[in-house]
Amino acid sequence: MSLTTILFYLFALLTLGSATFMVFSRNIVHAAFAMMFTLLGVAGLYVLLYADFIAATQILVYVGGILILILFGIMLTTQGFTSGFKTLTVNLVPGIGLALLASAGLIYVFVSSPWTSVSMEAPKTTITEMGMLLMHEYMLPFQVTGLLLLVAIIGALLMATKISHKPKKDS
Amino acid sequence: METTFWEWLANPEVTHYLIVSALLFSLGLLAVITRRNVIMILMGIELMLNAANINFLAFTRFATHSMDGNLVTLFIIILAAAEAAVALAIVLNLYNRYKTVNVDEINFLKG
Amino acid sequence: MDILNYSSLSLIILLLPLLAFVLLIFFGKKLPRQGDWLGTSIMGLALISSLYLLFNKIGSNSETLIFTYDWVVLGSLPIQLGIMIDNLTVIMLVVVTLVSLLVHLFSIGYMKDDPRYSRYFAYLGLFSFSMLGIVLTSNLLMMYMFWELVGISSYLLIGFWYEKKSASNAANKAFIVNRIGDAGMFIGIMILFIHYATFSFQGIFEAMQAGSIPFESQAWLTAAGILIFCGAVGKSAQFPLHVWLPDAMEGPTPVSALIHAATMVAAGVYLVARVFPMLTADALIVIAYIGAITALIAASIAITQFDIKKVLAYSTISQLGFMIMALGVGAYTAGIMHLVTHAAFKAGLFLGAGSVIYAMHTALHKVHDHKTDAQDIRNMGGLKQKMPLTYWTFLIFTLAISGVPLTSGFLSKDEILAGTLAFSSLNGHYLLPLIALTVAGLTAFYMFRLLILTFHGEHALKERMADIKESPLVMTLPLMVLAALSLFVFYSFNPIAAYSGWFFQAVERPLHVIPEFLQPVHSFLFAEAVDRVHGKALFLSILIASAGIALAYFLYLLKGADVDQIAKKVGILYKGSYHKWYFDEMYEAAFVKTTMAVTRILKWFDENIVDGIVNGLATITRYISRVHRWTDEHIVDGLVNGSASLAGILGKGFTRLQTGRIQAYIALVVFGFVILFIVFIGI
Repeated sequence: MSLTTILFYLFALLTLGSATFMVFSRNIVHAAFAMMFTLLGVAGLYVLLYADFIAATQILVYVGGILILILFGIMLTTQGFTSGFKTLTVNLVPGIGLALLASAGLIYVFVSSPWTSVSMEAPKTTITEMGMLLMHEYMLPFQVTGLLLLVAIIGALLMATKISHKPKKDS
Repeated sequence: METTFWEWLANPEVTHYLIVSALLFSLGLLAVITRRNVIMILMGIELMLNAANINFLAFTRFATHSMDGNLVTLFIIILAAAEAAVALAIVLNLYNRYKTVNVDEINFLKG
Repeated sequence: MDILNYSSLSLIILLLPLLAFVLLIFFGKKLPRQGDWLGTSIMGLALISSLYLLFNKIGSNSETLIFTYDWVVLGSLPIQLGIMIDNLTVIMLVVVTLVSLLVHLFSIGYMKDDPRYSRYFAYLGLFSFSMLGIVLTSNLLMMYMFWELVGISSYLLIGFWYEKKSASNAANKAFIVNRIGDAGMFIGIMILFIHYATFSFQGIFEAMQAGSIPFESQAWLTAAGILIFCGAVGKSAQFPLHVWLPDAMEGPTPVSALIHAATMVAAGVYLVARVFPMLTADALIVIAYIGAITALIAASIAITQFDIKKVLAYSTISQLGFMIMALGVGAYTAGIMHLVTHAAFKAGLFLGAGSVIYAMHTALHKVHDHKTDAQDIRNMGGLKQKMPLTYWTFLIFTLAISGVPLTSGFLSKDEILAGTLAFSSLNGHYLLPLIALTVAGLTAFYMFRLLILTFHGEHALKERMADIKESPLVMTLPLMVLAALSLFVFYSFNPIAAYSGWFFQAVERPLHVIPEFLQPVHSFLFAEAVDRVHGKALFLSILIASAGIALAYFLYLLKGADVDQIAKKVGILYKGSYHKWYFDEMYEAAFVKTTMAVTRILKWFDENIVDGIVNGLATITRYISRVHRWTDEHIVDGLVNGSASLAGILGKGFTRLQTGRIQAYIALVVFGFVILFIVFIGI
């Protein structure tokens, strides 16, 4: 067992375990914290996959950004700090069945397919090459993504600030 | 060359990562399907996106030498951020309008 | 200077006014003094550059410089933009920039306190830019573009006070009447383009010299010439399209000066001069007669008008007719020279009139009189003492336009008279010199009538005009400059013979490029004939001018005879002249009324016949539809309702699937996806 293997299983366990905890947790704040560990585990897997920059981005954006956003969402949508954190699940049994079915299908395909495997030396850094690609082949997607972010920010601001207090029409 | 199960297990390759990603995807799916809270559904979606990212990077690492997978992953992360921002704005609106974040109570499309 | 310097300098001259336009239209209101200094100084810069160009060009080389650039290449056919610089170009550059600069200066005083002050200067810049473009272009296409630009900028300036209904109408009229001429011009250009596949003057002339004429027919060549001349008829206000110009007086007076002297109307004459080498003898005769008719009609109208600007407007038309006639008879240089000298003194006359109107207006404004027409010469008189500067400059301009010796007008007018005389002595068109002489006499008469009625005698409204004042220096300075330029020395050192001056050396009649048998009298023969009749022309010219002046002096200053009595005696003639020979009314009857009548007929046709058919069809349709309705109600509806209720029953069943819970939907989607998955991988 090499160190890579041990690390792989460690991160896989961290990811899947905390994800499981997250899904089944009854307290949504706990779920959010579990998700943080999931994301950290995924970042570890990225490092093992020689994607150091992506791993860093993952931690910055997901843990530092999205998770915080989600926590804010939780706080803003729950009246009172102590009550109302509890959530229930619906259709738990058919849901689990469906998820098992989906994972079984996916794993079957992944295992039975003959993947060509290329051994690759760990690159010193991926950032240089990614930067070159980003400024050449991926110039257009890069720009479009920037635009999309702008639109998302504007849209989010608009939706979050213009709250209509009209009474709902029917219930 | 025939390898035993334990040998296969000891040498993580592309398949191992794919299995992890498949399990992560299923967990995300489970959260989306079963949880009542909209925010939990969003978190489930994030898990599914992460699963997809693991797939991209695994293939980049083991099957090709190109950096394209890394860039796609990067774009997915950016899109996820945008999506989270907009989705949470929607959730806030929803909450302000219906005073609840439980999706099974918001069923005005019921026929 | 080499060709590159010439072309870049002329490009700078061309683009400077455009720069002024762009700056003023966007930032004019924010600039100090609303940017009038900017437009004026830019124009001054353009004038200095033009003068530099003039002295270099006239002094050093006389060849034509052409600088082109491929704009669009259609297949193998390049459409070029280009600049052509010859002596005529540089002279016109100076004329345009000089008059434009003086008009800018004058406007600073005249347009003071106008609510759209900076907009006005921006338009002046655009106008100058368009005219400079016409002057500099080397091809017909660009000429046409700038031609239209002149049209639009004149529209903007004539209708500058668009709150006045009459001003916006006048702007429309100028634009639409010009459009008629432009249509002809465009057809003419296209005839040439179809045959020669080029727009450039040089290209067309070279092809013609090689013996190629449009469609191998001299009629087409003549037609092309006359059609292009149509554009000049519109822009230079020649008969029968002269009606727009008097109405254009609705614009601010400095604009009238610009239009009448240097920019718009000069464009027509310039166009004829540019295409002169390709005009056949037949086309030139048509041009000469149109010019002569215009000159006569306009002069005869001018003698009875009372609006100071209207008199000047008709005198412009008349003088333009003179120039066109000169070009038509082949007195090319004389025509161009008259264009230049006329630019100076006509700009001066208009600015002088502007000065008078400004003073009148200010004085009337002071006593709160808004009814009296500040432009009617019957309300003026005796302004000589009150406005000495305006009077003396106005006098010089009047002498110049009347063709009194020692003035610039005498030089050019004398040459034109000699030209018409020579022409008639060569091929017997005796009507042309006769008309030319008559018009010269009429011009002297009506101009002195105007001068005397405006400045001499007693003031008609003495008590209200007590404190009428001379205009400010910014308005009188341009007058003085132009008055100086109306003297002979600037054009020829010999006060009675223009042909010895630099102008005649600089601008020579170009050689004809069309086949020999289509050409008018050769310029060498023509020059000989001019030499022969020159003495006679000189004598006649002085005689007729003094006769006109004497008559005006006798009638209006000495009051030797009752003018009203004379007017009554020649009743019909007076009335006709006073009403501008009813051109507007005729056009109204011929075109507007006809159009209206045709419209009315079409309306009747529409209402009775077309509508009748439509209504008949409608009735038939109605009966058919009654039958349909019965079938519909009883058979089709039965079927439709049956299927509708069937669908309703089915739909009620299916609504149960629509739980409204998105998670159920997602679950179903995933479930369907898993099934598809299984089917495809074939478990």
